[in-house]
Amino acid sequence: MRLIEEFQHRDKVFDFMMPNTSPALDVGQGYLLYLEDISVSFDGFKAINKLNLYINEGELRCIIGPNGAGKTTMMDIITGKTRPDEGSAWFGQKINLLNMSEPEIAQAGIGRKFQKPTVFEHQTVFANLELAMAGAKGVFTTLMAKLSSSQLDHIDHVLGQIGLKQQRNLLAGALSHGQKQWLEIGMLLMQNPKLLLVDEPVAGMTHQEMDRTGELLTSLAGEHTVILVEHDMDFVRSLANQVTVLHQGSVLAEGTMDQVQNDDKVVQVYLGE
Amino acid sequence: MCTPGLMAPKGAILFPFSGSGGLQMLLRVLWVSLLLLSAVATTGFARADSFEQGLEQLKSKDFSHIEQGIAAIASSQHANTELVLNLLLNGELYRLKKTDELVVVQGKQDKKLIIVNLFDDSGESAQTVSKRKIKKVRINNSIRASLKAALASLKLSSPDVEQRQQAVSQLMGKLTPELYQTLSQRLDIERDNSVQELIEVALAVTDLNSTDSDSAEQQTAVATLSDSLQPAARNALAQFVETTDDAILKSQASKGLRSIDEKRKWAGHAETLFFGLSLGSVLVLAAIGLAITFGVMGVINMAHGELIMLGAYTTYVVQLLMPDNIALSILVSIPAAFLVSAFVGILIERGVIRFLYGRPLETLLATFGISLILQQAVRSIFSPLNRSVATPEFMSGVIEINPVLSLTLNRLYIIAFCLIVFALLFMLLRYTRLGIEVRAVAQNRAMARAMGVRSEWVDAMTFGLGSGIAGVAGVALSQLTNVGPNLGQAYIIDSFMVVVFGGVGNLWGTLVAGLSLGVANKIMEPWAGAVLAKILVLVFIILFIQKRPRGLFPQKGRSAEG
Amino acid sequence: MTTHPQMYEGIFNKSTIRFLAVLIVVALAVPLLNALDSSNPLHVTTYTMTLMGKYLCYALLAVAVDLVWGYLGILSLGHAAFFALGGYAMGMYLMRQIGDRGVYGDPLLPDFMVFLNWQELPWFWHGFDQFWFAALMIVLVPGLLAFVFGWLAFRSRVTGVYLSIITQALTYALLLAFFRNEMGFGGNNGLTDFKDILGFDLQSDATRMALYVASAVALGLGYIACRMIVTSRLGRVAVAIRDAEARTRFIGYKVENVKLFIFVVSAVLAGVAGALYVPQVGIINPSEFSPLNSIELVVWVALGGRATLYGAVVGAVAVNYAKTYLTAAMPEIWLFSLGAMFVLVTLFLPKGVMGILQRERPDNDDSDGNNLDNGNDLDNSGVKA
Repeated sequence: MRLIEEFQHRDKVFDFMMPNTSPALDVGQGYLLYLEDISVSFDGFKAINKLNLYINEGELRCIIGPNGAGKTTMMDIITGKTRPDEGSAWFGQKINLLNMSEPEIAQAGIGRKFQKPTVFEHQTVFANLELAMAGAKGVFTTLMAKLSSSQLDHIDHVLGQIGLKQQRNLLAGALSHGQKQWLEIGMLLMQNPKLLLVDEPVAGMTHQEMDRTGELLTSLAGEHTVILVEHDMDFVRSLANQVTVLHQGSVLAEGTMDQVQNDDKVVQVYLGE
Repeated sequence: MCTPGLMAPKGAILFPFSGSGGLQMLLRVLWVSLLLLSAVATTGFARADSFEQGLEQLKSKDFSHIEQGIAAIASSQHANTELVLNLLLNGELYRLKKTDELVVVQGKQDKKLIIVNLFDDSGESAQTVSKRKIKKVRINNSIRASLKAALASLKLSSPDVEQRQQAVSQLMGKLTPELYQTLSQRLDIERDNSVQELIEVALAVTDLNSTDSDSAEQQTAVATLSDSLQPAARNALAQFVETTDDAILKSQASKGLRSIDEKRKWAGHAETLFFGLSLGSVLVLAAIGLAITFGVMGVINMAHGELIMLGAYTTYVVQLLMPDNIALSILVSIPAAFLVSAFVGILIERGVIRFLYGRPLETLLATFGISLILQQAVRSIFSPLNRSVATPEFMSGVIEINPVLSLTLNRLYIIAFCLIVFALLFMLLRYTRLGIEVRAVAQNRAMARAMGVRSEWVDAMTFGLGSGIAGVAGVALSQLTNVGPNLGQAYIIDSFMVVVFGGVGNLWGTLVAGLSLGVANKIMEPWAGAVLAKILVLVFIILFIQKRPRGLFPQKGRSAEG
Repeated sequence: MTTHPQMYEGIFNKSTIRFLAVLIVVALAVPLLNALDSSNPLHVTTYTMTLMGKYLCYALLAVAVDLVWGYLGILSLGHAAFFALGGYAMGMYLMRQIGDRGVYGDPLLPDFMVFLNWQELPWFWHGFDQFWFAALMIVLVPGLLAFVFGWLAFRSRVTGVYLSIITQALTYALLLAFFRNEMGFGGNNGLTDFKDILGFDLQSDATRMALYVASAVALGLGYIACRMIVTSRLGRVAVAIRDAEARTRFIGYKVENVKLFIFVVSAVLAGVAGALYVPQVGIINPSEFSPLNSIELVVWVALGGRATLYGAVVGAVAVNYAKTYLTAAMPEIWLFSLGAMFVLVTLFLPKGVMGILQRERPDNDDSDGNNLDNGNDLDNSGVKA
C-alpha cells in the first residue's frame, strides 16, 4: 500500500528517471554549497559531528578552528576523498557530491589546494597549468589534445596572475615554497572552478608573499566562491570577511572576525577556561 | 641341572673374609634370601619342564601329539616360546632323523643343507646333511589356527601396549571359541583403555556374527560397535546390514553405521584442520619476520626468503658439527639460525637498505639483487643439490586421538613452535624498550627522533629481529622439507600474501591470515589438487586486495593527505 | 629562455631520431652481412643474427616496461606474463602448423595431447591454425588480462609495492597454472618442435632473416607508439600520476582510466615481443612466467635509465649480452653479477647509465624527496653547471 501511495505523489521523481550526467549547476537559491548534518568518525573518534554549513555564491569564507576541529576532513568530504557516515552535501541544488568520485567533483567545478603544496615537480610550470586546464579530460581526448591559441592565452594570463611568467619553462620542483603555493593556486584558476577550497595557503610564506596571496584571493572572490582554511589570524582579519569557527567537528560560531573574536564560546575554546 | 644346594657356596665365595660376627650375621641373611630365591626358581623350572616336554612331543608324527606339544609350549611362558611357535608356523622347524633332535636349517652348500640345533645361537652344532636326513615338523590347518591363536594370546599378555593392540587387531573377526574365552578373560585384567576397547570390539564382532548369539546379545554387540571407530567395527556393521534379516537389528545397525560415518567425517575435518593449521603455522613463521620489516618499517625485503634459507642451512651445518646428538643440534640451531640470519639482515640494512628509505620500489629491487647473490653463494658453497636435515626422535611419531584420527608429532611441534615464536615476538614488541621504540619509529620517525630515540639503531635492530625470525623459520622448515638454495624463493610470495592479506603492520593480522590461508589451502586440496588450490588462494588474495587494499585488519586512522 | 609556444618535445626528438637511425642500420646491416659468404670475415652467422633478434624482442619488452614504470610509476613485476602469453599464442599457431608431421603423426592434435591420450582438441585451441586469428590473440590475450587485472587493481587504488607484489602473484599463479598438464598448454615442456611459420621453414636462413627484420620493425613501431603516448598530454598526465596521484585526481583526471590505457598498451607490446621471440628461440614453456624473469627485465630498464625509452633498449641489450656471455663462460658468476647489478644500480645509478651519459637535457634535479631523484650530487653536478 505504501508503495502505491508513493506512486501517487505527483512531484515524485524516481531515481532511475534522474539523468546520469551531472546536471548543470543551479544556484537559484543563492547558495553554492550545502553541507547538512554531516558526521564522520574514524575509529570511534568523531572528526565531524552534525556539521551544517552553507556557502553563498561569490563569497570568500574563512574557516578557522583549533587543531582537530575537522577543517581538513570537511574539505575531504567536499572533494570526495572521504565519505561521510551520514548527512548530505550538495553543490548548488542539483549536484549531489556524495555520489561522485574525486575527478567528477573536480570536473563539476570544485578545485582544491592542499595544505602542503602539491605540484607536479618533474614538469614545467607551463605543463602544470596546462594539465589543470578546464576541458574534457578523458583518456583519448587527452591523448589527442592540442593547445589552441585561446588556451595558450589563458595559460599566459594565469601565469601573469600568479607572477610566474619568468618561470614558465622551469621545472616546478625548482620553484621556491611560496612560488609552489602560487602555482597551485594558478592550477586552481586554470580549472576555472565555481568553488575553490584553499587549505592554509600562506603557511611558510614571507609577509610580502602573504600580502600578495591575500590580494589574489580577494580578487578571486565574486567571480569564484572561495573557502579558505587558515590558522593565521592576522591573515584572516586582513581579508575581512565572513568567518566560521569549527570546533570538535561542528560549527561553533559564525560572523565577521570581530563578532567571532568577542564570542564567549570561541574565547573559551581558544584560550581555555 | 642346578639345584639350590649347588648355589649356596657361591655366596660364601663372595665373602672370603668371613671372620667377624657382623659379617656372619649378614651371611646368614643372605643364605636365607638365596633359599627363597631358589624356591621361586623352582616353579620356573616346572614351566621349563612343560616347555621341554612340549618340544619332545613335537617330534611325534601324530598331529594330536603335536597339538598337545604346542599347547604345552604355549602355556610354559618360556622365553623361547614365541620363537618356536613362529618357526612352526613358518615351517622352519625340522627333526634330524638320526639323533631325533630338533634343528633349524641355516643355509645351503652343494645341494646339502647346513643345520644347527634349535636354540644354538653360537652355531657350534652346525653340520652339513643331505635333505633326506631331516624331516619337517608337519602341521595341518587346525594346528596352524591354534598356533596363530597361541601367538596372539602370547602377544596379548605382552607388557607392551602396542603389541597387545596389534594382537587384538590381528584376531579381529577370527575368534575361535577358545580365543573368545582368552579375550574375555583378558578384558577383565586389561588396564589400557585402547586395548580394552579393541577387545570389546573384537568380542562384539564375534557376537554379532555368531549363530549362537540371541538377538539381545546381538543388540548389545551392535551398540558396542556403533560406538567404536575401529575400521573392523564399521566393516562388521556394514556386512551385518547386508546380510541380516532382522528388521530391528538392521535399522539399529544402519543407524550405528551412520553415526560412525558422521564421526569419521568429523575426524576427517579435524585432520584437514590440523594439516591446515600446520601449513598455516609454517606460513606464519615465514611471514612474521616479513610483517616486521615490511609492516613496521615499510621496507620490502625480497631477500627474506633467502634469510629463511640461511636459517635452514645453519641447521644443516650445526647438525654436521654434532652428528651424534640430533635432538640437541636442533635446539642449538634455533639461536644459531637466529644469529646468523639476524647478522646477515643487519648487514643488508646497514649496507644497502638504509640508503633507500622512503623509496620502497628501489628497496624491492636492491633486496631482490641480494637474494640472488645469497642464493648463488649457497649454491657455490654447499652445491646446488638439496640437503636433508635429520629429524630428532622426539619429533617423529604420531599421537593417536582415535582410530581414524592421528596427529603427526612434527606438525604438532611446528604449530606449537609457531605460537611460541609469535607470543615471544608479540611480548617483545609490546613490553620491551626496543618494542616501544620500534613502534614509535614506525608511527612517526621524526617525532621519535625528537624524543631521543636513535632511529638508525632501531632500524638496524628491527631489521635484525625480522631477519632473525626468518632464520628461526628456516629451522622449522628444515624439519619439513629438504634444504636447498631455492627454499626461500618458494616461500617469499606466500609470505607477502600473508602479510598483505592480514594487513600491514599488524601481527595479529599476520597470525590470522597465515593460519586461515593454510587451512583454506588444505580444505581445497582434496577436490582441487595442490597446485590448483594454491592458484585459487593466490587469485583469491588478488581479488581480496582489490576489495580491501589494506588487508583484513587495516590500520585505521585519519590521514590528512594520501 | 624561449617564449615560443612550442613548449614540448615532439615525437621525433633528437634522441628518438638517433635511436631509429641506429635501429635501421642494425636492422639492415645484420641480414646483409649474414647474406655474405661464410668465408668473408664480415659474415654474421645465422646464430648471431637470431641471437640479436632475440635481443630486439627483449628490447621491445623493456620499452613496454619503461612505459609503465618510467612514465606511470607502476613497477610491474609481472610483465613477463604478458610476454609469455603472447609467446604461447604464437606457439599455439606454430604447433598447429606442424600438422601431421609430429612424432605421433596426428593431423589435428599436437604431440603432447596424443601423449596425454586426449581425444579431441580443447576449445581454446580452435582457430589457432589461422595466422590472422593467432595474431589477433597475440594482441588480445595479454591486453585482456591486463585490462581485467588493471581494472580491478586501479579501481580499488592498489598502488606502490602492493601493486608490485600482486603483479608478481599474478605471474606466479600463471606459472603454476601453465605447469599443469590439464591446462592444455603442454605442461612442463611447453610448446616446441616447431616446423614452419606461414609456410616458411623456421630453420632456413631466409625465414630467420625475416623474423629478425620483423623484430626490428616491431621495436621501431613500438618505440614510436610509446613516444607518441609520452609526448602527448596523456603522457604528461601519466607523469603527473607518477609524481602526485591524488593531485591529478583533484584536477579532474580519472586516474584509473589513464593507468588502465597505458597498462594495456604496455601489455600488448609485451605480448607482441613474446610472439616474435618464440619462433626465433623455437620453444615456449612455463618458466617464461617465472617471477625472476619479470623482475630481471625491470633491472634492464633500471640499468639503462628509466623514463627515457632508449635507456630501456640499451639496458635490455647490454644485460642480455652480458648474460649470454657470462652464462657460457662463467655460469657461477652470472647470478652474482645480476644480483650486484640490482644493488649497484639502485644505490648509485638511480637514473641508469643513460642518466650519466646524457648531459644535454636542461634538467634541474634538486627537487626534494620525490621518487626519481635521490639528489646524488655527483651525478647532477655536471647538469647544474
